[in-house]
This record gives sequence, C-alpha cells and structure tokens, in this order.
Amino acid sequence: MPTVSMTVNGKAVSHEVEERTLLVQYLRETLRLTGTHVGCDTSQCGACVVHVDGDSMKSCTMLAVQAEGCDITTIEGLAKDGQLHPMQQAFMDNHGLQCGFCTPGMVMSAIDLVKKNPGADEAKIRAELEGNICRCTGYHNIVKAVQQAQKTM
Amino acid sequence: MASETGLGARVPRREDLRFLTGKGNYVDDLNRPGQAHAYILRSPHAHATINAINTDAAAGKPGVVAIFTSADLEGLGGIPCGFGIKIEEHIKRPQITPPHPILAAGKVRHVGDPVAMVVAETLAQAKDAAEAIDVDYGELPAVASTAKAASASSAVHDEAPDNVCFHWQIGDEAATNDAFSKAAHVTTLEFVNNRLVPNAMEPRAACAEYEPATDQYTLYTTSQNPHVIRLLMGAFVLALPEHKIRVVAPDVGGGFGSKIFHYAEEALLTWACKQVGRPIRWAAERSESFITDAHGRDHVVKAELALDAEGNFLGLRANTVANLGAYLSTFGPMVPTYLYALLFAGQYKTPAIYGDVLAVFTNTVPVDAYRGAGRPEACYLVERLVEVAAREMKIDPVELRRKNYIQPDEFPYQTPVIVNYDSGNYQASTDRALEMIDYAGFAARRSASEAKGKKRGIGFCSYIEACGVAPSAVAGAIGAGAGLFEAGTIRFNPTGSITVLTGTHSHGQGHETTFAQLVSDKLGVPYDQIDIVHGDTARIPFGMGTYGSRSAAVGGVAIDKAMDKIIAKGRRIAAHLMEASADDVEFKQGVFNVAGTDKQVTIGEVAFAAYVPHNYPHEELEPGLEETAYYDPANFTFPAGMHIAEVEVDPDTGMVKIVDWVAVDDFGNVINPMIVEGQVHGGIAQGVGQAMLEGAVYDENSGQLVTGSYMDYCMPRADDLPNYRVDATTTACAHNSLGIKGCGEAGAIAAPGALMNAITDAIGVNDLEMPATPERVWRAMNRAA
Repeated sequence: MPTVSMTVNGKAVSHEVEERTLLVQYLRETLRLTGTHVGCDTSQCGACVVHVDGDSMKSCTMLAVQAEGCDITTIEGLAKDGQLHPMQQAFMDNHGLQCGFCTPGMVMSAIDLVKKNPGADEAKIRAELEGNICRCTGYHNIVKAVQQAQKTM
Repeated sequence: MASETGLGARVPRREDLRFLTGKGNYVDDLNRPGQAHAYILRSPHAHATINAINTDAAAGKPGVVAIFTSADLEGLGGIPCGFGIKIEEHIKRPQITPPHPILAAGKVRHVGDPVAMVVAETLAQAKDAAEAIDVDYGELPAVASTAKAASASSAVHDEAPDNVCFHWQIGDEAATNDAFSKAAHVTTLEFVNNRLVPNAMEPRAACAEYEPATDQYTLYTTSQNPHVIRLLMGAFVLALPEHKIRVVAPDVGGGFGSKIFHYAEEALLTWACKQVGRPIRWAAERSESFITDAHGRDHVVKAELALDAEGNFLGLRANTVANLGAYLSTFGPMVPTYLYALLFAGQYKTPAIYGDVLAVFTNTVPVDAYRGAGRPEACYLVERLVEVAAREMKIDPVELRRKNYIQPDEFPYQTPVIVNYDSGNYQASTDRALEMIDYAGFAARRSASEAKGKKRGIGFCSYIEACGVAPSAVAGAIGAGAGLFEAGTIRFNPTGSITVLTGTHSHGQGHETTFAQLVSDKLGVPYDQIDIVHGDTARIPFGMGTYGSRSAAVGGVAIDKAMDKIIAKGRRIAAHLMEASADDVEFKQGVFNVAGTDKQVTIGEVAFAAYVPHNYPHEELEPGLEETAYYDPANFTFPAGMHIAEVEVDPDTGMVKIVDWVAVDDFGNVINPMIVEGQVHGGIAQGVGQAMLEGAVYDENSGQLVTGSYMDYCMPRADDLPNYRVDATTTACAHNSLGIKGCGEAGAIAAPGALMNAITDAIGVNDLEMPATPERVWRAMNRAA
C-alpha cells in the first residue's frame, strides 16, 4: 500500500492507504475527522467539500494519494482559538442550517465563493452554490448567511 | 412580554455550534471497537424468482466474516406494516398485507430488494465479496405503472392476484352524486401526483452491537422515532423483549418521513451482530437510498368539483389510484386514505364529499409518508380544482375562495369527512397574503412582464392540514397499530438546572432550542440551565417520535403538563418551607411566594430542598423533583394559510422563474419564529421541487428506477428557488394548553398547488402535469397555441 502525506488543519499526517481510498474516506475513517460528510455517490451534493490548497474541492472526487503534499482544511479546522470563522458565525446568525448534514460542505463552499467572488450579488451567490444541495432550509437563510459573511470575512 | 429566550423569541439555535464545527454525531460518524462492516447485495431486477444463491466463492474472499441470506433467518418475523384499514363502512375491498421478508425469500419484488448481507473487516472487502455472490434469477414481467397495476398480467404478490391491496371509500357517495346532478358547473381534472424520493441529505445508516454479559442489544440508527423502531423490531421481527434492546437515534441528518419507518437493515444488523459477536455498521450509498428509502406520493387522480351558478361549492368527488409499492411500509396504507381524503374539505364549506381510493402493489420501492403525507396530495387536488373552476366560471380565484371559506365564527367546524376543525381564520390569512403580494398591482406587473416578452402568472393556494398527530383513540379506530401520544419529563437537578427528556426526535427542527425556551419561559429557570435529551430509548421514558408536525403540538404539550406537575409539587414544598398553606402559594417566573406577603422561595431552592430534604414534608411528599407527563391530544390540529406564487415564463424555452412567493401561515402560537420560518422555507422548497423539478420515474417495462441518482433526479438547488416572504396570522389551537398547531409540513403542502396555479395562469393552459419541466411547459403552451 502506498503512503500518503499531507497537512490537515495545520497538522502533518502520514498513513498507508489502499490506492482506491478517496480523500473523504481518508479524512473520515483514517483521521476520524467525521465533520466532512458523504451525501451522495455522484459528486452532486457537496456535503464533502473541503479546501485543498485553499480551493474548495469535493473530497469524494479525488483519491487520498492525489492529495499528496497538499494543505487540506476541513470544517474542523475553521474555527481558531474557539472563535468561529465569520462564515460559521453567519450561518448561525441567519439560521442557515437545520439538520446540519450538508452544512460543513456548504460552509466550505461558501467561504471559497466569497473569496473568489467578493462582490457577488444574490443571483451569483445562488448560482455558485449550485454544487451544494440542502434539503432542509430552502436556501433562503443560506444566501442571507453568505451575504452577511461577504461583509465580515 | 417575551424575554430574550422566552416564548416568541428568535433564539439562535444551540445545536448549531456542533454542526458548524464538524462535531455533529451522526450514525455513520460512530466507530465501535472491533466493528465489522456490512454491505447489502440487492436485486438488480424489479421482479424475479430467486432460483439459487451461491455464496461459496464469496465466503472465501479476503476479510469476509459472514454472509447471510434468507435461509439463515428461519424463525425471524418479517418487516411489519403498522396500519390495516378496518372501519367497515370505508372498506370496499379489505386490505391484503403480504409477507415482507427481511431478506428476499424466493422472489425479489423491486430493484433494491435486499438479497444477501456480507459482513467483512472493511467495507471494500464486503463489496468485493458481494460481487462474487452468484444469484440465479428468473426474471418475471414487472408491474411498474400505477395506473395499469390493477390490470397487469403479472402479480407482485400471489396473495393479491390483481395487484389490489385494498379499495377504500369515504364520505356520502349518494349525497355527493346528488350534488353533482344539481350543479350549474362541474370542473373536472385528471392528473398525476408525482412520485418523489425524500432525499434527506444524510443517507440511512445503522450500527448494532450485542453485549453477551447482559444480553443487551444496542442499535444506533437514523430514525425519527427510536421507541417505535424498538417496538416494531423487538415485537414483530426479532422476538426480543424491549428491555433487552436499546435504540439510539443521535444526530439525524433530515428525515422528512423517510426515517419514520422500520427498515430491514435495522433488524438485520441487530440480529447479525450477535451471530458474529462483533459490532456491525452499515450506511446506504445515495444510489442505495434511492432504491430502498420509502418514496412518497404517486397517485393517479380524477377529481371533480360541483358548483352552483353563483360559485358556491356543492360537492367534491375524487377517484384515486395510489401506488403502495412492492411491500407495505410501516404506515403505507394510512397515507392515501385517512391522511389524504379527510382533507378534501380544504378551507371550504363543501357540503358533500366522496373519495374512492384503489391502492395497488407494484414492483417499485414501498411508498409511505413523505413531508405532508397525503395532505399535499389532498391540497393539490382541492386547490387545483378551485383555481380551474374560477377560471372556467370567470370568477376571481380569490373571490371564489372567500365565498366558500368556513367563516371565523363557524368553528368548531364539522367537515363531511370525519375531521372537526377547532379553529382558524382563513379570511385573515388571505387578507394578509394579498396585501403582501399587492394583488391589486398584479395586472401592471403582468403588463411589465409582457413588455419583456415574458408571460406572468399568479397562483393561490389556501391550504389546510391535519397534524399534531394524533388522538390515539382515532388512530386505533382507523387502523393504526400504535397509540400516538407523547411523553415528556422535567428532571430538576439538585442545584437547580433542568434536564428535559422528550419522546420526540429532532433531525433538524431545533428542539434543543425551542423546548428549552418553552421550559425556561414557564418555570423561570435560565435558558442556559436547561438541556434537552432525545433520541435514546435508554434515557427517555417513552416516545412516539417526530412526524406529522407533532413535536411541539404533542411533545411540547407533554412537557408543559410535566411542568404543571412540577409546579404543583413545588408549591407544596414551598408551602412547607415558608410555613404557609399550599393554597396561598403562588408561582410566577421561577418564584413561589405567599400571596399578599413578601415571603418567597425560588424554584431552585425548592429543587434543592427536594434533593437535600432535611427540612421537608416527608409525611405527604416523596423527595426529588422530577415529573413525567404523557399527553394524548383530544383532536388533530389544523394549521392553515395562504401561499401565493408569482412566476414569469419564457415562452421560447418554457423556463419558469419564480419571481415572488408569499406565505401567510396560521400555526397557532409560536415558540421561535426564526425556526418556524425556516420550516416554512424548507417546506416550500420541497413543494417547489415536486411542482417543477422532482419526479421518480420507473421504466414501465423493466421496472428500473431511471431517476436513481442525483444525476437524474433533480433536487432543488439555490438557483431554482426564490426568497420567500413569510408572515403569520394567529388563531390558537383550541384544545391544547400551548395553543400550538405545528409548522413542519405546511410549506410542502401549500407550494405545489400555488406554483402550478401560477404557471398554468401564466401560460393559459389548465392541463399541466408535475414536475412542470421547461419541456412540459413549452409543449403545453404550444399545444394551446
């Protein structure tokens, strides 16, 4: 089995993995970082989005070995010193989550969205969230959360 | 006046911190020492005999711990159906309840029917081994069409040769026919209520373990109602007594009905973990969810509304063919009957109503409750009829509704179809909704859209639902196998904090926040001193769980009654401490005081005295301050309101854009408006999904689910949906102590009717099926032209 090494939430990690291990499986099962979720098997739902070298990425679409040497941030790595990331805070302030299952991926995508489209209007925000499915909120409050984070990030 | 955390306050959710930081505790996040992994081999065929299963090669694969097929399950029961229609006058043909084996025995009846379970050291090894299982299938013709099931040449079950599960009726057929014979106008609609896949974002999962020293089983499962699972699995499937089974439903990632039911995997894992002597875990992949989670809706309907020349409703009748799938799921037969046709009166004084439902088996996934469960189907039927009748009679659709509404002074109102509405004010919600949408300005908005080359439409939906399920006596009378009360416990801890145990279950609804608000408000204990516990049969006295918008209206009332008992006992303790008569002691905002004096003790001091009872009325009271109440409601609750959708249709492409949405709901009293609005938003999104995007499609010949993944089944995305403008009018529920009606399903009930009325208004065509895809809209427009 190959060995894979990467940085996850600021910490260097290295493990032997089966070649077919997906990044999301490595995060959830080997590192037990279960905040990253699996909601589908066709890379549609976005529950597994993490940041790979700063870009949002569906961690079910890449193998763990493809992340060799990468800098990974998961939902567990966002809050610093007990302080929520402005996007996490915005989701809480705006009731942008209900069951919480899509939330980690939604938050990770939303951060990347705001970074890359700082002045996005509502239509642009909605379009950019196309890769993340939420079944609970009807997206109304998620969009409001992103709009708040545009000002606070 | 509400405090910052009291009733009516928009308290941010305490659940959010763990969900936002990746610390949620979902079933698939669990890891148990020594665990093995299960993979379930499922039928690729809709209908086939199983001639032989050879597991020899698979058993020799690396990592395999055990392989189980139906032959290994001798002596176990099948998956039970918890509902059997039984009221004689409603039965045209009695219900047939065929066996539902845990693993398919001799025959598979839908794509996804479980055939074998492989347990292995890793999931990958279990999957690899499953590929080596050789199943010899003999394919049979599939029955996959709802409309044609009863005339199909093939039978899903030998017990039901014409695929009819039951034939059911409600209402006065003769009186209804008489009303139609006197009608000045009859509006007729034939339509399909499209089949939906619930698609909670968390796929179902389970993990089971057995402790030989105590003979205890623990099942962690993605359930909306752990006690119900314990009851069904213990009593009907595994023949295990309930005290030997603990069922835990930790954080659950959405349910929408699909996680009410007892599924085969729960029983299979619980049984097998003892056989292999190790914990076993399983999680569905999404494509597996599509072919195993109970689906929703799936009706073929002919509905008629009779009106006099002035537009007064005289009668309503409907014939429905309802698809129940290959097996009867837990509440399957209840949904297209008592949860459906009992709402045919809608908000109206229709004097004569008759409903006829033919329920059929098909080689498809079982159909059961999905958000709204029967009531969206009823609302769609009524509100499409009313809207089309208004168009045909050239009466304003709002005026036609107003003319026929049950008036505010007519409650309680007995409908012709059993249910008795306790309270409501339909004129008020209509007034508010029209004001918000600016109905008077619609003509100008339509002209403006036309100037841009777009067709604009407005659609109304005056919905009602029966929820807060349910009076147990009613549930039992109509055929439910269980009661539908709820339990709540208030446990004061010695130093004054409170642990609340509720039999309801939160899978997104925010009970940890709202129930703490409820308790803080009444007992005067700070919100942050109150914790809510749910989802564990070992910790909760009992509970029927969360569905049917019942958590606050039934579970909340149970908690309220437990608080009454706490106050009653606390008053006597306080009287003792203050050397006063209990009759003279008043309780307000956390303080007991002797009326007319300045003598007082706080409820925290009373709790301490109850647990450190040095100075205590031992001769009349037991120590401790913990009370449990069970609450069985006297009636359903009847939330109602009006939703209005405005759309623009692009005539070149058939694309529909929702440009405005107004929802005015009467949920009775509200604990946390922020959470209630969130429930409305999500419900609307699911209703919009049904109306415009979603549809489970089976190939009629092969019985294959052709919309079996997110590649093919269109889930609503952020850019499909508008912002919603939500407001409320309030008439309190007349028969529970909180005046709460429930809010969980309203959006999903109201939205399809509002949206389809809007789209058909825009394009000037009444005949349009859901989901109204651009292709369907474009074809309908061009058919009309």
